[in-house]
Amino acid sequence: MSQDHQNHHHHDHDHDHGHDHPHAPPQPDDKVHSYYQILSIALKELLIEKGVVTAAQVRQFIEKRDSITPANGAKVVARAWVDPAYRARLFEDGNAAAAELGFPITGTRLVAVENTPDTHNVVVCTLCSCYPRDLLGLPPAWYKSRAYRARVVREPRAVLREFGTDLSDDVALRVHDSTADIRFLVVPQRPAGTEGLDEDALAALVTRDAMIGVARIEDGAH
Amino acid sequence: MSRLSPGALVRVREDYPPGHIRTPVYLRGKQGVVERYFGAFENPERLAYNLTGPKKDLYKVRFRAADLWPDYQGSPKDVIEADIYDHWLETMG
Repeated sequence: MSQDHQNHHHHDHDHDHGHDHPHAPPQPDDKVHSYYQILSIALKELLIEKGVVTAAQVRQFIEKRDSITPANGAKVVARAWVDPAYRARLFEDGNAAAAELGFPITGTRLVAVENTPDTHNVVVCTLCSCYPRDLLGLPPAWYKSRAYRARVVREPRAVLREFGTDLSDDVALRVHDSTADIRFLVVPQRPAGTEGLDEDALAALVTRDAMIGVARIEDGAH
Repeated sequence: MSRLSPGALVRVREDYPPGHIRTPVYLRGKQGVVERYFGAFENPERLAYNLTGPKKDLYKVRFRAADLWPDYQGSPKDVIEADIYDHWLETMG
């Protein structure tokens, strides 16, 4: 009997394998950690051992981070679309406007930038991965990739085309490189034909990528 | 009161000191225009060593894409904006 076959029959079964089906047997966790992942695990273990933080605090922080989603930002955008006074407050003081809707932002300053028929905004952090995490949650993997970070300041229109966003030459493109304590939120253009929608229905149209600025919200997509 | 006002023509210092520098290399030595003043913030070059103060004025500076990249493909209206601390900005003329 081969080693593979033995393994196949020794792991825990949660269903009967006497039938014929194509899936491979469950594999052990074979994730290989990178140098920096090992370093961060070692640092975490040391901080816990020395009593600087507890394992529960680390877990709670990760859980809280993971509970923040782009839906929070979408609510801010939808409110700005329907309420001109709120829109004005958002551009005046992003942190206060986000807090009004129950989304506190700490340690950084939120600045909203508005897409118009003449201007399109897109956000990057060429130095690392700065992102409005307090409002949108964790950034997508591509946002942190070297390719996106290097190319979106060098050939932004080509990058946007790869995301399916074709900008005409009469639209000015504004790339925001988040190099300091400011975090940028793109307020997309409200799509045509949404006059009858209420705030919740509008928020459902607002996507993460539109708030980063690599996409627009298409007219008639609802 | 900030040293620079919106519209001021500036040049990013062309300097390459060691340390935790938040001024992107692709902007060093480049000309731009102050778009807005954000206020004074802790200096990341000192924060990296767990030191605070003195705070530095922070500006949003706008660069024309065509000024950064001679072979830039796009509209002449396209810009790159970055947030630059006061001590990295030289005034022009």
